[in-house]
Amino acid sequence: MKLFDNLNIDFIGKRKITFIISIVIILAGILSLIVNGGPKYGIDFTGGTLLELDFQPNDENAKPIEIQQIRDILATQGFGDAEIQEFGNPNNILVTIKSGIEIKAQKSRLIKILQEKFPEYAGNKDVSRFVRRSEHVGAKIGEELRGKAYKAILIALLGIILYIWWRFELTFGAAAVLALFHDVIITIGLFSIFGREINLPVIGALLAIVGYSLNDTIVVFVRIREDLKVYRKEKYESIINHSINEVLSRTIITSMTTLIVVLSLFLLGGEVIHDFAFALLCGVIIGTYSSIFIASPVLVEYYNRYSKKSKSSKKLRR
Amino acid sequence: MKKNWFRTASIIVVFLVSIYYLLPLVVKSQHKICDIEFFYQDSIKIYEVKGYEYEIRSYEFGEEFDNVITSVAIGDSVTSSGNLSDDILRGLNLPTDFDYTQNLQIHAKIGDKISKVKLPSWFSQKQLKLGLDLKGGMHLVLEVETEGLSNAEAEESVRGAIDIIRNRIDQFGVAEPEIRKQGAKRILVQLPGLKDASRAKDLIGKTALLEFNLMAKNEDVTKTIETLDSYLKNNYEKFAFLKEIEEEEVSAVEEALLESPDEEADTIKVDTTLVEEHNHIFKSLISMYESALVVKPENLKIFRKLLKLPEIKEIIPSGIKVLLGKVDPENIYGTRQIYFLYEQVELTGALLEDASVRIGGGESLSNANQPYVQLQFNNEGARKFKNVTGQHIKERLAIVLDNIVHSAPVIQDKIRGGKAQITGNFTLEEAKDLVIVLKAGNLPVPVHIIEERTVGPSLGSDSIKAGFKAALIGMIIVIIFMIFYYRLSGLIADFALFCNIVIIGAVLTMLNASLTLPGIAGIILTIGMAVDANVLIFERIREELSAGKTVRTAIDNGYRRAIITIADANITTLITAIVLYQFGTGPIKGFAVTLSIGILASMFTAIVLTRAIFDGFVTKKARKTLSI
Repeated sequence: MKLFDNLNIDFIGKRKITFIISIVIILAGILSLIVNGGPKYGIDFTGGTLLELDFQPNDENAKPIEIQQIRDILATQGFGDAEIQEFGNPNNILVTIKSGIEIKAQKSRLIKILQEKFPEYAGNKDVSRFVRRSEHVGAKIGEELRGKAYKAILIALLGIILYIWWRFELTFGAAAVLALFHDVIITIGLFSIFGREINLPVIGALLAIVGYSLNDTIVVFVRIREDLKVYRKEKYESIINHSINEVLSRTIITSMTTLIVVLSLFLLGGEVIHDFAFALLCGVIIGTYSSIFIASPVLVEYYNRYSKKSKSSKKLRR
Repeated sequence: MKKNWFRTASIIVVFLVSIYYLLPLVVKSQHKICDIEFFYQDSIKIYEVKGYEYEIRSYEFGEEFDNVITSVAIGDSVTSSGNLSDDILRGLNLPTDFDYTQNLQIHAKIGDKISKVKLPSWFSQKQLKLGLDLKGGMHLVLEVETEGLSNAEAEESVRGAIDIIRNRIDQFGVAEPEIRKQGAKRILVQLPGLKDASRAKDLIGKTALLEFNLMAKNEDVTKTIETLDSYLKNNYEKFAFLKEIEEEEVSAVEEALLESPDEEADTIKVDTTLVEEHNHIFKSLISMYESALVVKPENLKIFRKLLKLPEIKEIIPSGIKVLLGKVDPENIYGTRQIYFLYEQVELTGALLEDASVRIGGGESLSNANQPYVQLQFNNEGARKFKNVTGQHIKERLAIVLDNIVHSAPVIQDKIRGGKAQITGNFTLEEAKDLVIVLKAGNLPVPVHIIEERTVGPSLGSDSIKAGFKAALIGMIIVIIFMIFYYRLSGLIADFALFCNIVIIGAVLTMLNASLTLPGIAGIILTIGMAVDANVLIFERIREELSAGKTVRTAIDNGYRRAIITIADANITTLITAIVLYQFGTGPIKGFAVTLSIGILASMFTAIVLTRAIFDGFVTKKARKTLSI
């Protein structure tokens, strides 16, 4: 069975349109970031305390707890800056406190208050059952982690440029990294638009996106490298377009299988890695798009502007 | 031909290694979890470990327990849980002469670690470990306060702190704790399967500075209060926060005095008119209750704030210090006692030889069934203790732990033999933990918890279920899709995918790495990406076939050309995975590890394994067509 046979879609010719689409999405993300005052960081990066609490009622037929009730009680007890939300299902409540004050000592007080005020939900539960998860990150360490995270992404991108420079040429490396930046920036923008938090696992996902998107891009580049040697007489643009079409069926199939598993992770993998899976999901889609519509067209753009005239950058044609 | 020999050998090696590491896991997980409960005398034989006798064998099941999670109980009050090892009995803190044949009750949860099929002992003893986020447990990062220390001193103090923390945790009884240095002045503590997180946390961070001070005489107390009052009166404007309390304080003190008219009450005369002129601010914070000086809960905040101020510390007459008493566990928001002590430390915890938890036997009404801590000083300590008690009969000696006064008994007589007790509102847990800390020694420097992540067991098992479900369903769809699209070749790719996951599991076990939730995500991502190598090869072969090549040539060319792409694409992904590993902590590392192993495994299965299958397939039947 074959989905795509002898395709010849003019990707390169349509590059202006896809560039504009990308720029619009990126600008929307940046706008959202500006409006929200930067990315919404989780406690991993801001410092703070997070509690995932089990409010499963003791009486099975009872209604799940109303979040507003918890909010009111905590506000009167001096936890006015606590963020309270449902997590996965109505019985799971997530309490996040990001304020700079040392909340650590207050944590057991908070748990005690909730157990006292909501006996029918939390009263006779063992603390280790009531508190499904608790995280506390000092403000200083949060800042450090943020620095480390961005450094990691930059180092990864640098390593990639160097590798591609060695295996292909600098233009290819630059084009690939540009596409990766594109993917990461759009994903961060989407996180801001959808109001999702960037935490440590999400940074991991961003790096995985970098890896995945790159994989796609390299496959196209390898084919371009090959075709540049085979079709020496052809126009640069049409060779690249031909290469993209040749590997298109592979690109689509791999993206599909990856998308299937990531979607399965997103839908079934549980609330804890939901943000992580969301990042992967965005990444797989954007990464596939960018390897076809950004990385290769950028090569053409660069070639048309500089290499064509100078006649340099012929390394790969030899 | 030579190449083929190498290929076959590598496939066999990978196959054997995978079996070696994974079979123990598969065999052992075939058993159901069941609960058993039995009493000492009817099912276990005696077995001696470090002074306690017990046996790890139950005749009922005829099986050996292998690291089974158990709890041990005496009656229904004293329990301890953990792996069935000597830790668990130590956790009970039984007196050495305890007759546990009568009432020691063991409750064991026999889980997936029991095997009926016994594998030969040369099989791997390692098993795939689960990370804290799946197993439940606590992850802590501690920072050691090293300010003002030279580099060498700082290093020494970090090492000392690690030793002491390890000591404390060992006594607390956690299976497979991990304690190591991280960076220059940080300590990473990982306690898998831990149940009582807050208790363990307190235990680690406690400095446990035990000191004995004499209580100040009445005239010194009065002098101190007066000095403070006159200072506060003269500098009233400097302390803005005093204004907010003033009004209500007057009435609070009056009330207190009415409640407990006492002989000592005359030391705290309150003249409301004077208070309004700020003459007795400090005194107004204190009230009397049952002949003790106390601070009411509403004043506690201001009282503490005041005592922390450097100016105030300086003003307190030299040789005197003011400390708060212990919180009453029955009434944690109630009044707190305050103590005026002489600064001179008579004895410290460094002179201890032993400490143990005892339960009051009812010698007096107040200590019946109350846990207390029995101290035994060494020779030097005993001598000092004898001197102090001898010289200060009828005075009160305060037992101060971490600057909190636990009790201040009146010295009735000279005490010989170096025995002392710390009493006073302990819960059993507190008493046990105090003993652990006293025995393990003081931390050389203060440590602060800067990062803490605790996952409860219920979330852990939910995450495992969700993760595996996602992986399984994703995988099934991919498998079906591959067969549908590539037919027989798709089936071969699916087989490669299966091998891939087996290899990841085996390598994780081999490296002693733990499987975390992001790790499972890494495997899931690998499932998607692993087929990629095969897709690349198959697409090439199809191209070759449609160009009119024979099956044989198409396979050869397809592989030859696709390998370059596979290598380039995977190496760059590997670069990001390695960076991720360098950067990551805990779970993220797990993601990087499974992703890296997955990439390498998928290269192996695609290039070596499926190639061998295709080759065997083609040579045998000299095929003219290929199902692809």
